[in-house]
Amino acid sequence: MTEKAVKMTDTNLFAGKRRLPQVNPVYFVLAALLCAIALSNPNFLEPTGYMNFLKRAAPLAILAAGQIYVIVSGGFDLSVGSVITLTVVGSSMLLDNNDDATWWVILVMFAIGAAVGLINGLVVSYLRVPSLIATLGMMITLNGAAFMWSSGSPRGYLPDTFRFFGRFNIKGMPLIQFLPVALIVLVVVGLALFWLMHRTNLGRLLHAVGDNPRAAQMSGVPVERIRIFAFVISSLSAVTAGILLGGFAGVSTDVGTGYELQAITATVIGGAQLLGGRGSVPASIAGALTLAAIFTLLNFIGLPKPTRDVVQGLILIAAVVLATYRRNRTGGR
Amino acid sequence: MSGSGPAIAMRGISKSFTGVRALRDVGFDCAPGEVHALAGENGAGKSTLMKVLSGVYRPDAGTIAINGVDHHFKHPMDALRAGISIIYQEFSLLPERTVAQNIFLGREPTRYGIIDQKAMDREARRVIALFGPTHHLKPDTVVSELDVPSQQLVEIAKAVSLNAKVIVMDEPTAALNDAECEVLFALVETLKKSGVAIIYITHRMREITRLADRVTVLKDGAVAASFDAVPAPDVIVHAMVGRDIDDYYAPAAVPEEIGPTMLSVRGAGNDRLNDISFDLRAGEIAGFAGLQGAGRVALAMALFGVSPFTHGEVSLAGRPALFRNPREAIRAGIGLLPGDRKAEALVLMQSVSDNGMLTARGLSPVAGSDRKTSFVSDQEMNRLLEQVDVRAADYAQEIKNLSGGNQQKAIVARWLALNPKLLIFIEPTRGIDVNAKAGIYHLMRDLARKGAAIMMVSSDLPEVLGTADRIFVMRSGELAGEFARGVSEAQVMLAATGETATKPEAA
Repeated sequence: MTEKAVKMTDTNLFAGKRRLPQVNPVYFVLAALLCAIALSNPNFLEPTGYMNFLKRAAPLAILAAGQIYVIVSGGFDLSVGSVITLTVVGSSMLLDNNDDATWWVILVMFAIGAAVGLINGLVVSYLRVPSLIATLGMMITLNGAAFMWSSGSPRGYLPDTFRFFGRFNIKGMPLIQFLPVALIVLVVVGLALFWLMHRTNLGRLLHAVGDNPRAAQMSGVPVERIRIFAFVISSLSAVTAGILLGGFAGVSTDVGTGYELQAITATVIGGAQLLGGRGSVPASIAGALTLAAIFTLLNFIGLPKPTRDVVQGLILIAAVVLATYRRNRTGGR
Repeated sequence: MSGSGPAIAMRGISKSFTGVRALRDVGFDCAPGEVHALAGENGAGKSTLMKVLSGVYRPDAGTIAINGVDHHFKHPMDALRAGISIIYQEFSLLPERTVAQNIFLGREPTRYGIIDQKAMDREARRVIALFGPTHHLKPDTVVSELDVPSQQLVEIAKAVSLNAKVIVMDEPTAALNDAECEVLFALVETLKKSGVAIIYITHRMREITRLADRVTVLKDGAVAASFDAVPAPDVIVHAMVGRDIDDYYAPAAVPEEIGPTMLSVRGAGNDRLNDISFDLRAGEIAGFAGLQGAGRVALAMALFGVSPFTHGEVSLAGRPALFRNPREAIRAGIGLLPGDRKAEALVLMQSVSDNGMLTARGLSPVAGSDRKTSFVSDQEMNRLLEQVDVRAADYAQEIKNLSGGNQQKAIVARWLALNPKLLIFIEPTRGIDVNAKAGIYHLMRDLARKGAAIMMVSSDLPEVLGTADRIFVMRSGELAGEFARGVSEAQVMLAATGETATKPEAA
């Protein structure tokens, strides 16, 4: 029944246009930026240089790897910055300088994170509140809660057992001399999130839900449950990022401020489709490293924080414009 | 000098796009007062030829003559001024303007420099009157408030009001139901009598037989056949496809293939449906015919749990089957291929393979491997896609680049993986070319032979009559009739419009 001749022409028509090896441009941009940093500051090539860069960038990279789950499913999670704040402030309150409490405090924090994600997901899925609004509400609520919990003046110390993850290095490694614990956490979390997004049913279903929720629902996909998973994963990644940040940032009620938009920017730099259906965990991590590299470079040049904010905003817009332009050119409709 | 030649004569038209030959030495003409049908499968070059005619593309070779005078169109406006008007499938109306404003867009009649509203309304009324005395279209209605068929009529009115000498209609009935088609056909006759040359693009044989004086068939960018009188439909189809489709529709079920009752509906209803009772048996294809809004799609959606029944009894293979959402229905063994594939079935940015596996994955553990679901592995899915003849360079490519027919087959593969007991097809061949249509009909029959009950909802009556073993007719949310295979189109239409039901009561 199949006519081979017809099949051949069909194949040829597609062969010209598609299947060109496409490497995500974020990796080239990141490589170029790292070269630029190395040129402007040769110390960067020493282990202390690049390892400290990776250590500092690890929280944002983990946050972006979690945020991409919500982005791919067609939403936004603006509450992650406030989850970071709550994690840092809450941990310092619960620990109360008690070294032995670290483990159960971390467990409690992950439980709180899971609950926050669950509530976000339930509100978006069942109450049909747009995710932008639902998570914005959650952000304001959690920031308020963190403030109330600490009575506005959080105590300034976290015990070393807690700061281990964000601050400490494993010394005496061959070749690289030392390895930050934060980097190990990033690699482990990154691999786990990569596997979940790109090697499991959940990953494919997240893409489907973000691409066309109506079609997914008509095809038997449990759309609500999938969306909830995305928000829970994003919140858990925020708790992880908060634990790392607690290691080197001080305890304050604005430690997580601005991280939600940095994470979204990172995913967009990594080529994610902002209304869902397309996105990658490794590219989002590369996007986060790119953003961190840009900040580092601007820092070397000596630009102040407000200028960096301006740059971040412009990058976000430019990345979306570029992504749209690329898609139009490659023949997507 | 004037007027004895054809209104339009295209000679030796060739056109290539970056190495691909879209048109090869095509000749086509149309005389005043003639309907010349242009047929061919999707991608045969019909649209390209019409874009050359309307000045959108410039041909690499060939001439276009109007009333015997050569013209070289540099811009669509040139063609418009020369009296060529094209009605595309996609509408070019401004939704927030009135009918009259749309008809006269860009050339509004003026009086003392301001728009002469009265003249515009009067002229619009005159044009609309051509559609027949009963037509309800009003000049001051805002276009967005009109249904799709009426919008189509506004497009046509626009062309008519331009006093076009040549009107090209590109599949004008794609969005119309039977009654609206009649209005359109009558209009074509009127235009024809007034001396307009009409180029009518379609792949529906019925319309060619009904309207055309001549037929030209394009295939692979060249004229495959040209007939000065309309031949039998199978001759045209043969020219379009390049081979006989004597097995165009799949054969009917033989009695041994019909199994036990699969679906049983008793007194079921909701706000759109009233007192529905029928049985479907394993191995049979049941066609559901009726006018738009008669409740056929509502019935499908009720069975599938999208807008459930509120009362009545339904059983599937002996088990209660009142479902509150598609997921429940799918778990119990019902599959559905929606009429609007892009909106309700496809995840366009994902690959062909991902689209095929979507339902299998949706019903499998979320942490399971994406290459091996509880129902099908990715390799088995590739084999299924091969088996239903989805043609793509690579099943890892995005599905949005495939033709409608291949997309539809990929969705069939999605359901094949689940071995459904009941599979519901809504408008299964809408927007699909002739070859792929035959493929879909045969897939439906294959599924039935494997023991599924098939429910087919279609507005294409010949397709229902050619494919179904039994035909149900719906009207106003109720079942209005049931017929065996072999029923005539007229009988079905009578039941659908209610003529048979009202007569006995009146007598």
